[in-house]
Amino acid sequence: MRNDLVLEIPSDPAAIEHAVDLVVRRCDNSAYCRRKLELNFRVGLMEALANAVLYGNREDPGKRIRLEIAFLRYSIEARVTDEGPGFDPETVPDPTTPENIERPGGRGLFLMRNLMDEVRYNEAGNSVTLVLHLEPPTQLDDAASA
Amino acid sequence: MGFTVSNQGDVTVVEVEGQLIVGNRQELKQKVLEDLENGARKFVIDFSETGYIDSSGLGVLVSLSKKIREKGGELRLSSLNEDLRTLFELTKLDTLFRIADDKAAALEGF
Repeated sequence: MRNDLVLEIPSDPAAIEHAVDLVVRRCDNSAYCRRKLELNFRVGLMEALANAVLYGNREDPGKRIRLEIAFLRYSIEARVTDEGPGFDPETVPDPTTPENIERPGGRGLFLMRNLMDEVRYNEAGNSVTLVLHLEPPTQLDDAASA
Repeated sequence: MGFTVSNQGDVTVVEVEGQLIVGNRQELKQKVLEDLENGARKFVIDFSETGYIDSSGLGVLVSLSKKIREKGGELRLSSLNEDLRTLFELTKLDTLFRIADDKAAALEGF
């Protein structure tokens, strides 16, 4: 994966929002779809970082999260890696079923999968790669901005 | 980023300014549970000044709703923007909460 931006983030929930803001701001020049950035990417990345901080590193101040971003022409890739033992994403139940809907947790992975175009875990389950496709501008957009 | 709590009759209204996310969800939980312990039973959480909610924030709303119902009360939500509505619809939480278009509609007949 190409690394256009690499951040080392402390295992502190308060650090997540700042990291996401920084990445979204860097997207500005390459973004054709603001809503996809502000909703899909922002929330998807926040969920990946929150999982890494809370469940991967368990807020251990001695552990860090590595965030790598690739700004591609028509997509953004983000890889989030924690120092935890990893988990099997296939064991996370669907939070939208009647038996699970009142559970307070379990929506992070669901949101990532529904908001991003690709969600891939490594074998250990401590590193997730998110891909969001951004559509190129149409000819009409080109004409409007000319 | 913060929460403003006010009372409209016997309804506790909490306005969420900024975001409801992993970094501040416990603060909201504490504020609402404190009022619940003190006898409040009707709650409106208003999101007219809220940018977004993450899964931890959604989880806190689910947990609060359950605790309030267990005490015989009700939690209503109001003023979700288009993005927030999308999150509630995706997670099917729009089926769990009574969601009003604005604060006045949430308070109506409460």
